[in-house]
Amino acid sequence: MAGVGGGNDFQWCFSQVKGAIDEDVAEADIISTVEFNYSGDLLATGDKGGRVVIFQREQESKNRPHSRGEYNVYSTFQSHEPEFDYLKSLEIEEKINKIRWLPQQNAAHSLLSTNDKTIKLWKISERDKKAEGYNLKEEDGRLRDPFRITSLRVPVLQPMDLMVEASPRRIFANAHTYHINSISVNSDHETYLSADDLRINLWHLEITDRSFNIVDIKPANMEELTEVITAAECHPNQCNVFVYSSSKGTIRLCDMRAAALCDRHTKFFEEPEDPSSRSFFSEIISSISDVKFSHSGRYMMTRDYLSVKVWDLNMENRPVETYQVHEYLRSKLCSLYENDCIFDKFECCWNGTDSAIMTGSYNNFFRMFDRNTRRDITLEASRESSKPRGILKPRKVCTGGKRKKDEISVDSLDFNKKILHTAWHPKENVIAVAATNNLYIFQDKMN
Amino acid sequence: MFPKGTKRKFSDGEEIPDENPADIKVMSSYNLQRQSLLDMSLIKLQLCHMLVEPNLCRSVLIANTVRQIQEEMTQDGSWTIMAEALNSNQSPSDRLVATEILCRPSPKDQDEEKPFSDISYEGCDSVSCHSEEVVDDSLCEPSSEAPTYLPSSIGTWDKEDQKENSEEESEEDSKPEEQVFGTFEIKNPTATPDPALDELFSDVDTSYYDLDTMLTGMQSSPKMGPYDLLDSLSSHSPSSISSNSGCRPDLNELDHIMEIIVGS
Repeated sequence: MAGVGGGNDFQWCFSQVKGAIDEDVAEADIISTVEFNYSGDLLATGDKGGRVVIFQREQESKNRPHSRGEYNVYSTFQSHEPEFDYLKSLEIEEKINKIRWLPQQNAAHSLLSTNDKTIKLWKISERDKKAEGYNLKEEDGRLRDPFRITSLRVPVLQPMDLMVEASPRRIFANAHTYHINSISVNSDHETYLSADDLRINLWHLEITDRSFNIVDIKPANMEELTEVITAAECHPNQCNVFVYSSSKGTIRLCDMRAAALCDRHTKFFEEPEDPSSRSFFSEIISSISDVKFSHSGRYMMTRDYLSVKVWDLNMENRPVETYQVHEYLRSKLCSLYENDCIFDKFECCWNGTDSAIMTGSYNNFFRMFDRNTRRDITLEASRESSKPRGILKPRKVCTGGKRKKDEISVDSLDFNKKILHTAWHPKENVIAVAATNNLYIFQDKMN
Repeated sequence: MFPKGTKRKFSDGEEIPDENPADIKVMSSYNLQRQSLLDMSLIKLQLCHMLVEPNLCRSVLIANTVRQIQEEMTQDGSWTIMAEALNSNQSPSDRLVATEILCRPSPKDQDEEKPFSDISYEGCDSVSCHSEEVVDDSLCEPSSEAPTYLPSSIGTWDKEDQKENSEEESEEDSKPEEQVFGTFEIKNPTATPDPALDELFSDVDTSYYDLDTMLTGMQSSPKMGPYDLLDSLSSHSPSSISSNSGCRPDLNELDHIMEIIVGS
């Protein structure tokens, strides 16, 4: 379905871009997470300023049957505020690290948003009716004089302009000493896990004053610390299974039925290192920045600095597929270490059918790989290449030799323009790409 | 072929086969780059954004890199030279220029052509303003025997630098150690143990200037490891507060610094 090779059968086009156009980007506006909900009708973004913006897809209008619905702002709210930890004399950033939607159970929508220390459950509900005709008060709220009331009436519901309200329903705090990097809702829809650098906790969505610690890799002597947890996720259909990745490029799959504390993994995934490519940076570039199960639950995907790997859960000793994202950076690792780019944490995502995967790169480039055809494509999220409904032109990085027209050389790449967060609609070919403070939405060309 | 004013290391009469100077240059350039990587890593560990807690993952990865370099240097014997220089308690150097460059948050202000910021590798030149580009190639390549290196990695060095560095190789080894620990010592007000002075300053809290505190970014808890920052005042480590003795910097401090880096 999702052919990415740029052939006749499939092409991506620009749909929308959200965010300011100025060159001067306010730090607070930098998007730090992007997530579609289960139906794909809602798209949530979190930013460094602690705000959450939710976009909703408009219903397809009968006037323009061929145009897919556009995403427009549905709700904006301040999820987290900056805090100060007085005990340690350190600030706690309000940056939203992750947003995860909860399955919808009634008319309201719920999501979990987290910063470094605190997770919050937000309920977003609509109000489009108001009651009029109260007995004891006027329409403007003033109390009516009781002696003036001569008859009783039943208040009637009248339509009003749609109001979307977000309210924090649960606050899950004080459970993480280290910085939270992941949250993941369990398939039982009752529990979720949160992971920081050294520990993973299991929560019940209704209970905020305690959580179970299920993984703890903190050494007794902190000076012996050599490995941290970088990401964690619950299995999409087995509620007892979850995985977590580490800074050493390993993934551990744990079964919560085996023990209360899952320090001993059930499965251990690691690709043996290629001795011919070992360097001082080998460990750093092997550090996994994101791990995502496929929708089917049969595979999982990991992102390290230079590549994306697809693992079969039944095979621990090596991935079944490896895709190079930007191999041309391998010779630049020293410079990337110096300017800290080597520590950038890129995310990755599956499409709805698990036939394609997507991840970001530098220079506002992002890459898509088709697992069936083995074709890949590099696209750019920029204002210049974004004409309304314009088809995106594939980009190419020139690694050496003569630079062809339209190619960009490695040394000209802008390493400040990094695409760390991308999301794919769960059912359709619609993608959301966060480029610093702008959110780009692309969709497939309608014929 | 050689620039003016630089001495030739080998005697004029000798016939030198083509490979040997190349090998020696490659080896020394590898050592120098490895040393600069070590310096850079230590400085990265030291530079903590004091307002927000440092990123633990990043610190762990950098510390592991430092450990890896140290292990390799121990294997080929370069580490002992560093340790000796350390024990002789050399005076602080002026490595601050490089530190300043590395402090730059992002390479925003660079030209488009060179998006990477340059490390300033002074070599014997103490306070130089021009920065030379460090060669990434050999460091990114496997750390196997020298002869397998591609000659192109040498060509990218500035020619003057190359000669200067290869000819004063033995001096280079001692300079980097000062440079490595110079940044730590430079902030140390009472480097030489002096009982009278110590008494005078006994109530001064020098914990800020400990290597430990620099590594962790904490201002008020001395004697902690690199990762104890986040743990220090929590209930998980009750011992950290009580181990408050011996804030005073002395030669044992340097051993302690070595221990942390070595991770022994």
